[in-house]
Amino acid sequence: MLSVGGLRLNLVRFSFLLLRGALLPFFAVTMTKLAQWLWGLAILGSTWVALTTGALGLELPLSCQEVLWPLPAYLLVSAGCYALGTVGYRVATFHDCEDAARELQSQIQEARADLARRGLRF
Amino acid sequence: MYKSRIFLIEPCNGPRRTSDQSQRSSPASEFGTVRPVLFRATLRNSASGIWLSSAMASLEVSRSPRRSRRELEVRSPRQNKYSVLLPTYNERENLPLIVWLLVKSFSESGINYEIIIIDDGSPDGTRDVAEQLEKIYGSDRILLRPREKKLGLGTAYIHGMKHATGNYIIIMDADLSHHPKFIPEFIRKQKEGNFDIVSGTRYKGNGGVYGWDLKRKIISRGANFLTQILLRPGASDLTGSFRLYRKEVLEKLIEKCVSKGYVFQMEMIVRARQLNYTIGEVPISFVDRVYGESKLGGNEIVSFLKGLLTLFATT
Repeated sequence: MLSVGGLRLNLVRFSFLLLRGALLPFFAVTMTKLAQWLWGLAILGSTWVALTTGALGLELPLSCQEVLWPLPAYLLVSAGCYALGTVGYRVATFHDCEDAARELQSQIQEARADLARRGLRF
Repeated sequence: MYKSRIFLIEPCNGPRRTSDQSQRSSPASEFGTVRPVLFRATLRNSASGIWLSSAMASLEVSRSPRRSRRELEVRSPRQNKYSVLLPTYNERENLPLIVWLLVKSFSESGINYEIIIIDDGSPDGTRDVAEQLEKIYGSDRILLRPREKKLGLGTAYIHGMKHATGNYIIIMDADLSHHPKFIPEFIRKQKEGNFDIVSGTRYKGNGGVYGWDLKRKIISRGANFLTQILLRPGASDLTGSFRLYRKEVLEKLIEKCVSKGYVFQMEMIVRARQLNYTIGEVPISFVDRVYGESKLGGNEIVSFLKGLLTLFATT
C-alpha cells in the first residue's frame, strides 16, 4: 500500500519537473510574445496551485503557506503600483524643449526671408 | 590561424578587408576567405593569378548579407548618399521651410543628399511650391515624385524608394515637428555602430517634446510603457517616425509590414528586431504643430491599442 502511494507521488513529481523543463521554449523556438506570456503564466500558475493544494505532498510550514496563498493578488497589486510609479516618474521627467521651439521660430523667419530673396512666392 | 590567412590576401584585394572582420566573421565567411589563398599559392606572380584570386574574391561579395554589410562599412564617407523621403499632404506652408532647413543642415555638414517629395495630390497647392523649390535648388537635389491621390504612408515610401539613388534613406515628418539638425547626428551614430537603423527617440537622454499638455504626456508615456512591457522591442520610442535606414533594410521591412498609421512605424521596429537588424538611438526634440492644432482623439487611441495587441499576438 505504501509502495503504491510512493509510486504515484514520484510520477507526480516527475511530471512536474517535465513541466518546469518547458521553460526551454523561451530560448529554443521563436514564440510570439503572447505565447511566451501564456507559457510563463501557465508555469507560475501550476507551481502555485501545486504548492498550495499540497498536490506534491510536500509538508510546508504554516508560515510559508500563509505567504504563498495570497501571492498572486499581492503580485498583481505590486505590478499595478510599479506601473503607476514608473509612468508617473516618466511623465514628471518628460523633457520640455523650450529652446528648440524658440530656435525653430527664429529659423522660420530666416528661412522665409532667404526664400523670398531667392524668388519663392509663398 | 585563420587571421593570418586573411592578411595574406590583403594586398591583392585592396582596402576591402578591414580589422573589423575579426569581430564579425561567420563560419561561412571564414571558409570563403581561405580559398583565394590556396589559389594564389599555385599561380604565384602571374597576372592571371592576381586576376583569378580577385575574381574569387568578388564571388564572395554575393555570398551573404553580412558580407555586404562589411562592404558598406569600408566605403568612404564621400560615397554615401542620403535620400530624404518627404510624403506630404497639404503642407504648403511647411514644405519650403523644411526643405530650407534640410538644405542648410546637409550643406553645413558637407553630406551628399537628395530630397524626394511625394505629394499625394494636395488640394492646397503643395505641388506648385514644390516645383518652385525644385527650380531654386536644382532637380538633382529636389526630386518631385507626386501621386494622384492620398494612398498611405507605406506606399509613399515604396514609391519614393523606387526613385531614390542614395544608399541610406531618411524618413521624417514634413510638418516641422522633426528638425533636420539631428540628421548629421543620425549619420554619425550610424557610422559609430554600423547600425542598420537609427531611430530618433523622444523618451531617452536629451530627447523631449514641446507643446504637449499633461494629458498628452500621460497618454504618450502610458502607451510607451505598455508597448515596452508587451513587446520588449529594444528601442525606447516605437511610434516615432524620424529614422535613418539602410536602403535594403527599408525595402525588406516594408514588404514584411502589414499595418497602417502609428502601428506601421511600430511594426517596422518589431520586424527589424525579428530579422536581427541592429538599431541605434539618438535623442531628438519634437516640436509639435507649429501651425495648427494637434489632436489625439479616442479613435486614434483605440486603433493604437488594436495594433499593439495584433503585434503582441503575431510577433
